[in-house]
Amino acid sequence: MKYVDEYRDREAAEYFRDAIHKIVTRPWTLMEVCGGQTHSIVKYGIDEMLPGEVELVHGPGCPVCVTPLELIDKAITIASRPDVIFCSFGDMLRVPGSDKDLFMVKSEGGDVRIVYSPLDAVKIAQESPDKEVVFFAVGFETTAPANAMAVHQAKELGVNNFSILVSHVLVPPAIEAVMSSPQCRVQAFLAAGHVCTVMGYNEYLPLAEKYKVPIVVTGFEPLDILQGIYMTVKQLEEGRHEVENQYARSVRREGNPAAQDLVSRVFRVVPRKWRGVGEIPASGLGLTGEYAAYDAETKFSVGNIAVNEPEECISGLVLQGIKKPNECPAFGTRCTPSTRLARRWFRMRAPARRTIATGAMPHGRPEVLR
Amino acid sequence: MCLAVPGKIESIDAADATFRTGRVNFGGIVKTVNLAYVPEAKVGDYVVVHVGFALSIVDEEEAHQVFAFLREAGELEELEAAA
Repeated sequence: MKYVDEYRDREAAEYFRDAIHKIVTRPWTLMEVCGGQTHSIVKYGIDEMLPGEVELVHGPGCPVCVTPLELIDKAITIASRPDVIFCSFGDMLRVPGSDKDLFMVKSEGGDVRIVYSPLDAVKIAQESPDKEVVFFAVGFETTAPANAMAVHQAKELGVNNFSILVSHVLVPPAIEAVMSSPQCRVQAFLAAGHVCTVMGYNEYLPLAEKYKVPIVVTGFEPLDILQGIYMTVKQLEEGRHEVENQYARSVRREGNPAAQDLVSRVFRVVPRKWRGVGEIPASGLGLTGEYAAYDAETKFSVGNIAVNEPEECISGLVLQGIKKPNECPAFGTRCTPSTRLARRWFRMRAPARRTIATGAMPHGRPEVLR
Repeated sequence: MCLAVPGKIESIDAADATFRTGRVNFGGIVKTVNLAYVPEAKVGDYVVVHVGFALSIVDEEEAHQVFAFLREAGELEELEAAA
């Protein structure tokens, strides 16, 4: 596939690996913000190619992982209604609520469907006028234009049996939260290429300046990530803290203005709770007054559901790169892939899962995917 | 979920901005994609697609930058070795 295969070339990857080895002189801690990048890093073994001096910390950039427990409970309450068809991206179905997950709702007879695009849910609503169709609108800035368009199209088409349960979060406030923690040890960021495809990267300039951290907008293929790491380490070694764009084939400085226009018409910035981290001001999106009729929280009166996260769960510290999953007292005992307290389990790489079974620690540290 | 994949536009269905769609080929798999956010996209362009929406047109020149970087660095090394 053009624009994919060439960025997976082994020889070129080894060149970047050698270049990173050549310029690094002391230890650096980098955070890749986006779960998609974490996925590539682990899938292609990029972390194992790097010199010992370069540590990658996996950031909070997975909307599945940061969705708070109470929002899952709201989803489960809505999806359990007999008059509802509940549509979601597949990732959300295994995420545990207080008592069950959406897959269990489905097995109990609830009409829960996995869709590829929020527009599929609008179509289901058109085809099922006697049902209420709800889409679980989870995501970062990348997904906001799609969810905004689904609501906008529903309004244009007069599809009134469609609504969305909004759990949208924003990346820059998360970076700010990571950097302002007194325990923070992150020295540079790989910013998420697809988030920046939508939003551009102007909003990262003040962050780089304020916290004196290099931020390199980075793509998702192995060569993208290796080049992003190279550019970041080079900045650190040279004492610079600039915003650079590795993923210029997709990311423009100003982002995608057409997408931003509709997102700002359909959504407004609101405070949001992050799993394990708590509420971060101005860190998410909610529907504007013009589209309030499409808000599933209001439509199904679930706004009053409030749930606290389990106290011993340290997923917030893991998300911020302060702790590793195996430092949790519940790791592998009360919290396992089948009885989990935190959803970070979903992203645990296979060797780490094997660790639980065998008691061995193959890489010295369990990794988290996404 | 945050995956976005590049594909080539094979055809565009004329409609108003909100409902503009195209057929996009992803290495042999062809899907209908909403093109509302890439109003300047034309047949033959590569677009980056996320959950059924094209979010950007791939910039061909910028796409070569990664490899230009490697080439330049390689040439520099040769110069250094010759010096």
